[in-house]
Amino acid sequence: MLEINALRAGITDKEILKGIDLIVPTGEVHAIMGPNGSGKSTLSYILSGRDGYDVTGGTAMFDGHDLLEMDPEERAAAGLFLAFQYPVELPGVNNANFLRTALNAQRRARGEEELDAVKFLKLARAEIKRLSMADDMLKRNVNVGFSGGEKKRNEVLQMAILRPKLAILDETDSGLDIDALKIVADGVNALRSPDFSALVITHYQRLLDYIVPDRVHVLAGGRIIRSGGPELAHELEANGYAAVVAEAA
Amino acid sequence: MAAVAETLDTVAAVTEGGYKWGFSTDIEMDMAPKGLNEDIVRLISSRKNEPAWLLEWRLKAFALWKKLDEPNWAKIHHAPIDYQDLHYYAAPKKKQGPKSLDEVDPELLKMYEKLGIPLKEHAILAGVEPVEGERPPIAIDAVFDSVSVATTFKDTLAKSGVIFCPISEAVHSHPELVRQYLGSVVPAGDNYFAALNSAVFSDGSFVFIPKGVRCPMELSTYFRINARNTGQFERTLIIVEDGGHVSYLEGCTAPQRDENQLHAAVVELVALTDATIKYSTVQNWYPGDADGKGGIYNFVTKRGACRGARSKISWTQVETGSAITWKYPSCVLIGDGSVGEFYSVAVTTNRQQADTGTKMIHIGKNTKSTIVSKGISAGRSDNTYRGLVRIMKNADGARNFTQCDSLLIGDQCGAHTVPYIESRNPTAKTEHEATTSKIAEDQLFYCRQRGLSQEDAVGLIVNGFCKDVLKELPMEFAVEAQKLLAVSLEGSVG
Ligand SMILES: Nc1ncnc2c1ncn2[C@@H]1O[C@H](COP(=O)(O)OP(=O)(O)O)[C@@H](O)[C@H]1O
Ligand SMILES: [Mg+2]
Repeated sequence: MLEINALRAGITDKEILKGIDLIVPTGEVHAIMGPNGSGKSTLSYILSGRDGYDVTGGTAMFDGHDLLEMDPEERAAAGLFLAFQYPVELPGVNNANFLRTALNAQRRARGEEELDAVKFLKLARAEIKRLSMADDMLKRNVNVGFSGGEKKRNEVLQMAILRPKLAILDETDSGLDIDALKIVADGVNALRSPDFSALVITHYQRLLDYIVPDRVHVLAGGRIIRSGGPELAHELEANGYAAVVAEAA
Repeated sequence: MAAVAETLDTVAAVTEGGYKWGFSTDIEMDMAPKGLNEDIVRLISSRKNEPAWLLEWRLKAFALWKKLDEPNWAKIHHAPIDYQDLHYYAAPKKKQGPKSLDEVDPELLKMYEKLGIPLKEHAILAGVEPVEGERPPIAIDAVFDSVSVATTFKDTLAKSGVIFCPISEAVHSHPELVRQYLGSVVPAGDNYFAALNSAVFSDGSFVFIPKGVRCPMELSTYFRINARNTGQFERTLIIVEDGGHVSYLEGCTAPQRDENQLHAAVVELVALTDATIKYSTVQNWYPGDADGKGGIYNFVTKRGACRGARSKISWTQVETGSAITWKYPSCVLIGDGSVGEFYSVAVTTNRQQADTGTKMIHIGKNTKSTIVSKGISAGRSDNTYRGLVRIMKNADGARNFTQCDSLLIGDQCGAHTVPYIESRNPTAKTEHEATTSKIAEDQLFYCRQRGLSQEDAVGLIVNGFCKDVLKELPMEFAVEAQKLLAVSLEGSVG
């Protein structure tokens, strides 16, 4: 379970998150929607441990771990995965090598046996096939020369291979055509289980047609101003954020 | 088993942090008194029972050295070196040269074992036929301080006509070859350090590959400086006759000492018609501590002559050690259609200074050279690429491609690129590309979010940056070079 309590955070001189309360019970998928600049990516970075932000109050607990006390890699090993809004390029670093190193680092940290190259490739190829991705994905350098859509799909592939317990997807659907969108949804839905939860950040109701969320939250101005069931996403799609924001004010 | 590969595993497992090859070994040494004069040169020559011509050659070099000045154009700074305060000869004490490994001081064998370098052939040959996926055997010449202590697989190599032995031995067993080629690529008066080396060199490796022979295994020399206040001046000479082929690896480490130690080597390569020489170095001399105390001063002259048509010389180096590196492995492309290559990774951290690069001299027609240099600077270090591409008047159709990339870690280090291009032939074509980048915070975070530690993330990004060079290394060295890069950059980020 992810439990965020009165979380306040920002950068020097600027508070971005102004007291977030959010609970995502294990097994559930929640969507976060909200205008640009409302703090959605900041929330995902604070939860995953990126440097450069000051947490000024509140807590974030995941399965009994105090997330805010952990290094990013410890959070990853504990099962937290972030699909980046802007995936990063790693020149000269082969995707397969990157993923195997990452997977084995996590397994080592959890006291599990590491996968040798053969076992890893078998696993990776199976996921690639399941997600109908191109075979050369593994051979290419991490995100280098990838189109926007390929980068997002690569995030989904990484998620499929790392099998997190909590996935945060930051606008993974933005800029994708409908086929790619389905791949993203397949990636999340395949992981859905009583042990898995997800926080899906999106602007578009259409993704939520494929990944049906248990709850939808609206983040605006650093606060969650409204929460509801899947129907809230339809309301936002029909009326825009402005109406909800005005109503909450 | 792997030669230097185990070094890293074994030693890294035993020690933590800092320089992991820094132990010293207690061996009874035969040392010349400190200082350098004609008598010392004579003493070195007589200790080795050298013929008169070689003594004369040394004395001439010594006379030249006295007239030369230390070069001062490189971007390096150090306190003046007191050449009279060094020992110029140090050898493990023993009656005569060891006839076999059984006669080598067991302390020495133990030290090489500790470094993961197997000098016992039977240990390497356990399965004789290399099992798939395992490394083939490598013949090793181990040079401890100034003296070669053991060369493995000599007999196996001899069957195919390959000579691989200490140069001090070649002087006696193949005097005509040594006399013909010694100093023919790097003349004694070439530069200050080459002259010094020519006067006092004590040992090093000698390789001869006869016409049409492909050397059946990798050859490797492992250099270890141990003695205190001792200069190391090894000399390597490799000759490959028509159509021959050799791949040669060189590895170096030294104990951790507070004072600086001088290393001034000379390497000469000669490739005749259609011959190929691949020369790889993993240099990991002690770099000094975080404050710049101690470390090796590495002033090395390496040059290869592509004398025959279509001959090829390829230098690959991964340099992580030494307080100061002054080194420009070069190719003189004389034969028509000959090829010179230089692939380099130079890492500097803490207070290390590296001024390194290459010279490609195009003399023959349709000669081709490729330069790929990757400089990585961290801490308060300085890393300079200095390269010369010179195309002579008759080198019609000569081609050069140069790629120089610098990676900065932190903001207190320096990276400099100093390319000199001189073309005297209008049909020649040269291309130069250069980039400077930083390990970005978002790259590190991306890796850590996936579960990699900060250090593994740096290692991965650095290895990615160096990929074009690392892939040129023989398999045996590539893996350990990767680990070495990671180890040498430990703690330099964050
Ligand atoms: N590192 C940063 N430096 C400066 N401003 C930032 C930084 N991170 C976020 N912000 C600002 O904080 C606000 C929230 O940003 P962000 O979390 O990216 O919003 P969202 O993802 O909802 O669009 C924006 O005004 C943004 O400009
Ligand atoms: Mg965002």
